[in-house]
Amino acid sequence: MKLKKTINIVNNQAINLVDIPVCNYRDFAELNLDLINGKPNCHCVSYFGYPIEEKIQLICCIADDELHQIMVSSSIVDKGAVLNSFTVRNPNFEKYEREIHENFRIGYTDHPWLKPLRYAFNRADKNEKVENYPFYGVESEELHEVGVGPIHAGIIEPGHFRFICNGEQIMHLEIQLGYQHRGIEPLFLQKQKLLERTTLAENIAGDTVVGHTTAFVNLWENLCGYTPDDSLHFSRILALELERIAIHTGDLAGVCADIGYQLGNSVFGRLRTPIVNFFQEWGGNRLGKGLIRAGKINYPFTNELAKRLIEVLNAYEKDFFEMTHKLFNLPSALSRMEKTGVVSYEEVLEIGTVGMAARMSGLNRDIRLSHPHNLYNSLTHKPVIKRHGDVYSRVQIRREEIRQSISYIRGLLQSVPEFHPPENFTEQPQKGKFIISLVEGWRGEICHCAITNAEANLILYKIKDPSHHNWMALAQSVRNNDISDFPICNKSFNLSYCGHDL
Amino acid sequence: MVSLLLIFIMSLFFSGFIIRTKSILSGRKGPGLFQPMLDIFRLWKKGSVISQTTSFIFQIAPSAYFASVIMAILMIPHGNNPGLISFDGDFIMFAYVLAFGKFLMIISALDTGSSFEGMGASREALFSMLVEPAFFILLGSFALFTGQSSFHQIFSTLHYGSQISYLLGGLASFVLVMIAMIENSRMPLDDPKTHLELTMVHEVMILDNSGFDLGLIMYTTNLKFAMYGAIISNFFIGMFPYEISIPMFFIIQIGFAIAVGIIESFMARFRMGHNPQFVFILTSVSLLIFFGVLLVLGKFV
Repeated sequence: MKLKKTINIVNNQAINLVDIPVCNYRDFAELNLDLINGKPNCHCVSYFGYPIEEKIQLICCIADDELHQIMVSSSIVDKGAVLNSFTVRNPNFEKYEREIHENFRIGYTDHPWLKPLRYAFNRADKNEKVENYPFYGVESEELHEVGVGPIHAGIIEPGHFRFICNGEQIMHLEIQLGYQHRGIEPLFLQKQKLLERTTLAENIAGDTVVGHTTAFVNLWENLCGYTPDDSLHFSRILALELERIAIHTGDLAGVCADIGYQLGNSVFGRLRTPIVNFFQEWGGNRLGKGLIRAGKINYPFTNELAKRLIEVLNAYEKDFFEMTHKLFNLPSALSRMEKTGVVSYEEVLEIGTVGMAARMSGLNRDIRLSHPHNLYNSLTHKPVIKRHGDVYSRVQIRREEIRQSISYIRGLLQSVPEFHPPENFTEQPQKGKFIISLVEGWRGEICHCAITNAEANLILYKIKDPSHHNWMALAQSVRNNDISDFPICNKSFNLSYCGHDL
Repeated sequence: MVSLLLIFIMSLFFSGFIIRTKSILSGRKGPGLFQPMLDIFRLWKKGSVISQTTSFIFQIAPSAYFASVIMAILMIPHGNNPGLISFDGDFIMFAYVLAFGKFLMIISALDTGSSFEGMGASREALFSMLVEPAFFILLGSFALFTGQSSFHQIFSTLHYGSQISYLLGGLASFVLVMIAMIENSRMPLDDPKTHLELTMVHEVMILDNSGFDLGLIMYTTNLKFAMYGAIISNFFIGMFPYEISIPMFFIIQIGFAIAVGIIESFMARFRMGHNPQFVFILTSVSLLIFFGVLLVLGKFV
């Protein structure tokens, strides 16, 4: 019998680090590529390296959406080794391998796009600088290049977009990020207090505070071997769904602004406010900071709050659906959204997009269904799937998901679990553990991984924001579109710069 | 002289009316009517920052643009009162004086060497070129209709005899409103509010202008709006004395501004690729006017 090469775990399950099978790199590559190639239900949720003594251990986590399991395997390679890349055989791994290359000087013989990713402070080669990023270029009299950013006209984060255009038509877009150098992952190891780490998690991406914090606290509680009661789970999924409603509404306002539809912009902009204000009422912060805490909650959800939330939603729902009805029946708006920024099913599968950017093209990827966390098991969740992969699909998904989130919240509010102050929560993680936590944030799948050593100290904290893969989908979507349609494509994805520049 | 004065007064408030309309329609109170002008005054007090890569073209373009619009305004009559410059065929000069100013703005945008401004300039040039036939067919039809060939004489002899001629006036107003929207780069062709340099037409051309020059360009936009409003009003005030024509002038101008505000509030802007098709529609409407004129004159059927 062949040796078992993967260990199958479920979301938020802590396992002993030594239980992860280690195989040689060639088997490791074959194994993971076999798991993922030709199987739309499997995708890579995290692939990273970390140093052990003088070597690098590579750990690859493949999630199987049908079995609801995550298959973890690993391989140990030398520092500075030169390997065959996974990417040539499956582009899903493109960004992961670039990161491993950047951090550990591991070379790839056949990686097609081995460029710097985020210029981490502790990168292996300090000569790689933002200023000399190797852009893809063309020598042509007919084509011209347009560079946008990294400083933009709106108040947004830094990122450089390099278009190669034929007149008004975009032939190619290359997105260069990595301007922020925040070093979030090393900070997780440096900061020893739980509160400090939670605050870090809250600040991974300002628009997904609840999503990232939930991923962190789920991970931490399970790492400490603590099982929270229902009232904690309840408040987390309530906050997740509220965040989804708030940000989706804001995005609809943004899409309307980009097509110059003033009425939609002002109405959706106004509708976002009562939802974020409810966060303020509940936990004292409009973005939900301070609300989610490991092993406790400082602002328990009460029946009075439930009553208020129903009032807020009643008022919201009426105006929201009136406005979406108008927007989706306005010829000038439809002509801007339909068939703009199309990404096909084959493309999203190749890129390995997650969340909305997968569901827009008929790829069913939703952690709430495939790897349920918190109370999502008890909801019969049916992901919203569209098939065309254009701006219109992405906008429609937002409307449908808001409708769905409202109905989930109404369901949840029918029985608000009684709050018991949690007890026996020891903040000390277990020794020598590996854990992976997946959460479906509003943008898509958030993945946090942690490893503790024999002294119960964190030796690795790995974050993957949904933007990680989805930026490539944006770059693909604008091909052959008018350059003037780029802003609306960009807004319809609404990806995170800081989620990428960890 | 009268029209110059009236256009000047109206230009101070025109964008104020547009902005106020848009504010009210989106549920906000909005700034005072004079606020856009105050912003321009503020800009006029500042110096300009001039890019080192530019030549003298960049420096003279805003002033030349402003001067071209002033010169065009001098040709606009007010009812029976001719403009300061008036001669047979002056509407042709009118169109090309405006085109001259625009040409300078386009080459000044190219002068900066920015890829955005180059794109904006190419779009602006395309749309202006497509608008030209609509304008000439329109005024040519009215020249044929009245048998005259200067602005003043066309408008002072224009009177509405039959129902078809009312229709012509209505259609002409529509075409001129749309030409004004295109020439001033407003919705649905261009969105002056956008911050997205990739989608802009006119706004992106003036990205490098600052201070006094920017103020001048912005004021010129107001003047152009008021100028087109004055042409529209001339279709209706030809035979009235001042007591009626002056209030009518303002009513038509304000109505025009409010119409612009309403269009900009309740529709999305066109996809850039659809804009040329839209501009062509104006030419076909102008042709309709032309055939209408032939019908009225009995040269048709």
